[in-house]
Amino acid sequence: MTGMYGALIIEPRAGERYPAQQDHVIQLSDWTDEDPMRALSKLKVQSDVYNFNQSTFFDFTDDVSKMGLQAALEKRQMWNQMRMSPTDLADLSAATFTFLMNGTTPAGNWNGLFQRGDRVRLRFINAASNSFYDVRIPGLKLTVIQADGQDVEPVTVDEFRFGPGETYDVMVEPQDDAYTIFAQSMERSGYARGTLSVRQGLTAPVPEPDSPEWLTMKDMMGAMGGGAMGHDMMKMDSMGQTKMDHSQMSGGMAMDHSMHGMQQGSDNPLAKPSSTIRHARTEYGASVDQRVDTPSTNLDDPGIGLRNLSQRGLRPQGHRVLTLADLQSIDGVLDDRRPPARELELHLTGNMERYSWSFDGLEFGKSTPVSLRHNERVRIILQNDTMMTHPMHLHGMWSELETDQGELRVRRHTIPVQPAQRISFLTTPHDLGRWAWHCHLLFHMDAGMFREVVVS
Amino acid sequence: MKRILTKPLTNLILAVSAFQASTALAQMDHSAMQMEASATTVDGRDPHAYSDGYTLTEGPYAQPGPRQLKLADEHAFWSVLVDRLEYQKDNDSTVYDAQAWYGTTFNRFVIKAEGDISNGTLEESSTDLLWGHALNAYFDTQLGIRLDNYRDGKDRRWLAMGVQGLAPYWFELDVAAYVGEDGRTAFTAQAEYELLLTQKLILQPRAELNLYGKDDLDNGLGSGLSDLALGLRLRYEFNRQFAPYIGVEWTDTYGDTADYRRSAGRDTSDTQFVAGLRFWF
Repeated sequence: MTGMYGALIIEPRAGERYPAQQDHVIQLSDWTDEDPMRALSKLKVQSDVYNFNQSTFFDFTDDVSKMGLQAALEKRQMWNQMRMSPTDLADLSAATFTFLMNGTTPAGNWNGLFQRGDRVRLRFINAASNSFYDVRIPGLKLTVIQADGQDVEPVTVDEFRFGPGETYDVMVEPQDDAYTIFAQSMERSGYARGTLSVRQGLTAPVPEPDSPEWLTMKDMMGAMGGGAMGHDMMKMDSMGQTKMDHSQMSGGMAMDHSMHGMQQGSDNPLAKPSSTIRHARTEYGASVDQRVDTPSTNLDDPGIGLRNLSQRGLRPQGHRVLTLADLQSIDGVLDDRRPPARELELHLTGNMERYSWSFDGLEFGKSTPVSLRHNERVRIILQNDTMMTHPMHLHGMWSELETDQGELRVRRHTIPVQPAQRISFLTTPHDLGRWAWHCHLLFHMDAGMFREVVVS
Repeated sequence: MKRILTKPLTNLILAVSAFQASTALAQMDHSAMQMEASATTVDGRDPHAYSDGYTLTEGPYAQPGPRQLKLADEHAFWSVLVDRLEYQKDNDSTVYDAQAWYGTTFNRFVIKAEGDISNGTLEESSTDLLWGHALNAYFDTQLGIRLDNYRDGKDRRWLAMGVQGLAPYWFELDVAAYVGEDGRTAFTAQAEYELLLTQKLILQPRAELNLYGKDDLDNGLGSGLSDLALGLRLRYEFNRQFAPYIGVEWTDTYGDTADYRRSAGRDTSDTQFVAGLRFWF
């Protein structure tokens, strides 16, 4: 947002697992000329102050002519009733931000070089204060080899989304002279851009940012978003049928499994994360504007604006977007295979109108620390009761993401939790002390989505 | 007509007052109520269950002395919104309607000021000094005083209690009941809506009505429904904080208020074209 930053690369003692001829750090950030605290105070006054993609009267009349009055009204009814904006994809936008790649504006066009035939390692770091980026390099496959500095089974995709605090290391094998590295912000108000080329000064075509997509019922309600209540929305949203079916399935699966757990009884009840939703009593107050009772638990949702891109004609056929389900730590990374001894559940909460963010409806000042025992194996369930994605960063220990079946998947330090999603991870706190745990959207953190974790 | 109207209105005002009082009580009792709820409510997970009794300042590895880390949830913010600063052509008068607040997310000191300036002097003004407390996700209760000043009438002081916030379907509501000296009561309600024609061109319908429990001869206000104003303003937001507008405002008076105006030789209803500025900082 302001100030200085840099990348810190730690090379493994034994050398990199995947050698590369070229190695570039690609650090994305967002810059504002405003005093950041002034920007925050404006959000406290009017939380949509930077959103210039709001639904207008003429969008409504367009919808009326396309889908009829009733459908156009229905499309808006839930949002209007709930006082939520379907285009509330980010708090800030290009209205105040310039999106930077390695400190360079899109017009400045940061340039990284390679020689034809090189394997090029790109170390993507999201160093932005408050912006998710959707990154792609048209014409190049991206083979993700590390997430948050930890080796993963290589997975080849065309695009990935990451939030502040997350890092992805990606291998590419460029054959042409020039490629555009294109990183549009999640709310689609702008982009960061640079060029990979065989010599200085070459450029490749720069895509247009996608038009912003309305949040869907799934983002509001989770797994039940595809059910009867979402039926009318489903016809109108550009969201595909398959996604809906999928989320319904995962909801059903979670319910089945909790029943199995009850029947078997003798098995370790903590083998799988609990699917019983337990809202904190402090979620029933002025600090929370919505709670989700049917969260989705699947990890293979690329998220709003990235769903079914090929079907919608926005990307070439077969375009693949990275999801959390694609990430699997390479053998040996996840070294603690003990089942969890206990389970903690916390909810990510907020009130968009007041611009207040919290865990369990308690902003930092009202909260108490989460107390963990040294070297215990513990499961933490995070349920997102808001309509924004929160990159949750737990300091001082790893967050080892598991599936809703309790299958360990990938070691992260920052896990993005999507709207109305419920995820869980295991951790083993090795290091004593008080640690920070927060949403890495820094305004969310400052507004209260911040906890202390005590390891003792 | 007047008598028929007055009694239900007084009752209404009393009912609103009672509601306000009970809400205020409920808010004050909040912490005690929550303690009980945690023991009995099945779904109400204890948000402090994972703390082992530690706090941000006590327990292992806590830093000595007062807590150093205070985030924005414990900081005070402030804002001044001048919703209407407009010239009314036919009256040759300037009207202002502003609201300022200072405080945290859930507790705020609020000032509302409304007034009418003509011929260089303040003809009448009404100023609320309020303590605002979050009632739920979208509404604040407001408790305080209101001071009315009249150049040609008699100043009034009121105890004020109200509710302000955002209703479903995005209506901005501001409703307040007042108790004054000599058993006077008053009730006001305002509603605003913002219709985005484009991202910057915004049409704002606005409605306001005033009721009084008792005739106020000095200030030309009758009991019952005294007046109703409907306005429509079209503004262009050069940026979100600065927007000039043009509009039209229609006001009508009723009951004794209308009678007083008639006997003073003034129109009972009025349509004004207005031009003004909306800005906040």
